[in-house]
Amino acid sequence: MDFRLRESSEARRAEVRAFLEEHMSLALEERVYRTGVSHDAAFTQALVDRGWIAPSWPVEFGGQGLDPEEMVAVGEELRLADAPMYGIGTTNMVSAVILAVGTDAQKTEIVPKALAGEIVIVLGFSEPEAGSDLAAAVTRAERDGDEWVINGQKMFTTNAQIGDYAFLLARTNTEVAKHKGLTMFLVPLDQPGVEIQAVFTLSGERTNIVFYNDVRVSDAWRVGEVDGGWRTMTVALTNEHAAGFAAVIDRLLVAAESWARESTDDDGVSRMEDETVREALGRTVIDLEVSRLLQRRVAWMAEAGETVIAEGPMSKLFSSEALKDRAQDMVEVVGPDALRSYFDPSAPSHGVIEHMLRFSLGTTIYAGTSEIHRNMIAQRGLGLPRSG
Amino acid sequence: MEFRPSDEQLQLVSTFAALYGKESTPERVRAAEPLGFDQQLWSQLLDMGALSMAVDEEHGGWGATALDLALVAEQHGRALGSAPLIESQVACRLLARAGGPVATGLLEAVLAGERMVTLSPRPPKAGWALLVPAGAVATDMMIRHGDTLVVVPIGDDRVIPENVGSLPLADVPAGEPVLADADVILSGSAPEAIDLALDDWLVLTAGALAGMAERAVEIGVAYANEREAFGQKIGAFQGVGHPLADMATASAGATLLAREAAWAVAEEPGRSAQLAAMAFAFAAETARNATDVALHIHGGYGFMLEYDIQLYYRRSRAWTNVLMSPAKAVRRVADKRYGPRKAS
Ligand SMILES: Cc1cc2nc3c(=O)[nH]c(=O)nc-3n(C[C@H](O)[C@H](O)[C@H](O)COP(=O)(O)OP(=O)(O)OC[C@H]3O[C@@H](n4cnc5c(N)ncnc54)[C@H](O)[C@@H]3O)c2cc1C
Repeated sequence: MDFRLRESSEARRAEVRAFLEEHMSLALEERVYRTGVSHDAAFTQALVDRGWIAPSWPVEFGGQGLDPEEMVAVGEELRLADAPMYGIGTTNMVSAVILAVGTDAQKTEIVPKALAGEIVIVLGFSEPEAGSDLAAAVTRAERDGDEWVINGQKMFTTNAQIGDYAFLLARTNTEVAKHKGLTMFLVPLDQPGVEIQAVFTLSGERTNIVFYNDVRVSDAWRVGEVDGGWRTMTVALTNEHAAGFAAVIDRLLVAAESWARESTDDDGVSRMEDETVREALGRTVIDLEVSRLLQRRVAWMAEAGETVIAEGPMSKLFSSEALKDRAQDMVEVVGPDALRSYFDPSAPSHGVIEHMLRFSLGTTIYAGTSEIHRNMIAQRGLGLPRSG
Repeated sequence: MEFRPSDEQLQLVSTFAALYGKESTPERVRAAEPLGFDQQLWSQLLDMGALSMAVDEEHGGWGATALDLALVAEQHGRALGSAPLIESQVACRLLARAGGPVATGLLEAVLAGERMVTLSPRPPKAGWALLVPAGAVATDMMIRHGDTLVVVPIGDDRVIPENVGSLPLADVPAGEPVLADADVILSGSAPEAIDLALDDWLVLTAGALAGMAERAVEIGVAYANEREAFGQKIGAFQGVGHPLADMATASAGATLLAREAAWAVAEEPGRSAQLAAMAFAFAAETARNATDVALHIHGGYGFMLEYDIQLYYRRSRAWTNVLMSPAKAVRRVADKRYGPRKAS
């Protein structure tokens, strides 16, 4: 066994750090927070210039062919710095689906632009009545000659306001079982009938409701088979379900450690001397390591060609729940100063701990709630019967 | 990164798994209660080299790595081995590190199966070494006397308390005259030597507790797939399935962390003491919670002595708390990471 990353991975880490030194600033971090938009044109361009917009992709597709382990190092650094990667992440995820099941025309039209940072693709899955149970989506797509006509409403379409396309899950058949009547489309958002309404969330992240009113989309923008949308979704979601938040716990730890070293109690004693502080830090160190191991295991399995079953959900579930618990603890041990808001000039560690309290909540909800991940672990990992 | 043990390690694991499968069945574990010592299992472990592997060739052993030992400890924990494996390995490693005639002679006798040496992790209190792990079966006990590490023979005057985990613990007389006359293993550096031994102890116990947690989850899952209520398998209730999913996740994490901590002993020595305490704290809480969940989903049957899960529940508490509480281990993580508190 070897728990170290290879030298080549650590070399990538150092490169990303140097890149972030240059292109990530507190001002950018604050702008991302204040606007709620985790996407930035200049930062994206810098990534493109460096060849890092989709570093895991094969070189012939414009990537750098980094292996899963190198991507672990790259991902950890980007997350630790809270770099504006959300728009790039969804764009790459959809581009990967297009590469896997899209038409040649789609590949030629979409992939080069995605890799040039010229387009943003957003995820139009969730609906008012279909979140965890995505296959219950009712947004309709009806065929009209060479086109489809789309009517319905999507919830939580993050980045729709800057998006060029929505990767849309739509119902094309109401006569069959719910998983069998779905089709995926790439819907250009800049057209009549698309109405985007901002939704603001507890962490500051902006998301949207998107209404589709007789929106017409050419059959050329259909991704995958008609009524075969669920298979296409499965390709997309597997990556999402393997997410992990280890580096976000690291972000919390770095902020908490610097607070503990720099502040004193009422008697002028360093907070680092306080047992309750040390215990909260110790627990964070442990949860960070466990999260890292669970997340790295998924990458290692991918590299070793092993089939990932419950390991992805374990990484997502553990790290998001741990982040939430540790952020809560930390707010309590820091005391009243923890209430000072993110980016308020008076806040310790520029308010990262306060932000984590709010940010962590979303991590246990999006990309599949904790309950959905527990279902997957119970059924696929442990072989328990499906819940009724 | 390489998350798979080597072929040799997998071979080692399957050899020990087979031994425990034969010599540490739930029936045998029960039969060894309340003392918690199975002589036949112990002899087989010695024959297999379970102690010689813990020290290097120079000291008469075959120098397995700490990771090898942790992988064996996982099997020990899965099977609730009624034998002082980890206690003895820790003692052997301490003796090997100490060197000198007393330690060397003792180590030889231990490896030859003539003596059994244990370490009291705590200094004596009012003339007694209390709840000494393996004290009920060991022939000799190492203990701190000021800054000196001494070894005293354990006699018939030891007192063997019945205990929740059916562990072979003993309260051993260790008054001033006894310790003052005792053979000296180390003069002057006992606290450091005991602290290093404690790192070994924590990391190997972490492996054992992780194995115990994994097995408890398996037992719980098997029961959830078999027992029915309200016309369905109870595993279909999320109130049953979700806690098991959480425990399966934590057990996987505990196993990975224990292995990493053991790996770090050779590969990342600067961080290994911190990792040992991390692994122990996490494995201890995981074994505690996993055995609780697995017992609870058995309903009233889990509370019956006849079902195996209670054996796991009790030992998870005992194997942990005889050393240190999880909370104390978390504070040890901080001590190793940030240095001790100035106040202390
Ligand atoms: C900040 C943010 C950004 C998002 N971005 C996007 C995006 O870009 N695109 C997109 O499509 N979606 C996005 N989402 C939506 C997100 O994926 C959903 O919110 C999530 O999947 C849950 O769906 P829901 O909100 O409808 O909750 P529901 O499905 O209604 O769930 C409500 C509660 O019931 C529980 N529950 C549901 N089913 C089960 C079950 N089978 N067993 C046990 N418990 C169950 C859930 O765990 C939850 O606690 C985003 C959400 C947030 C908060």
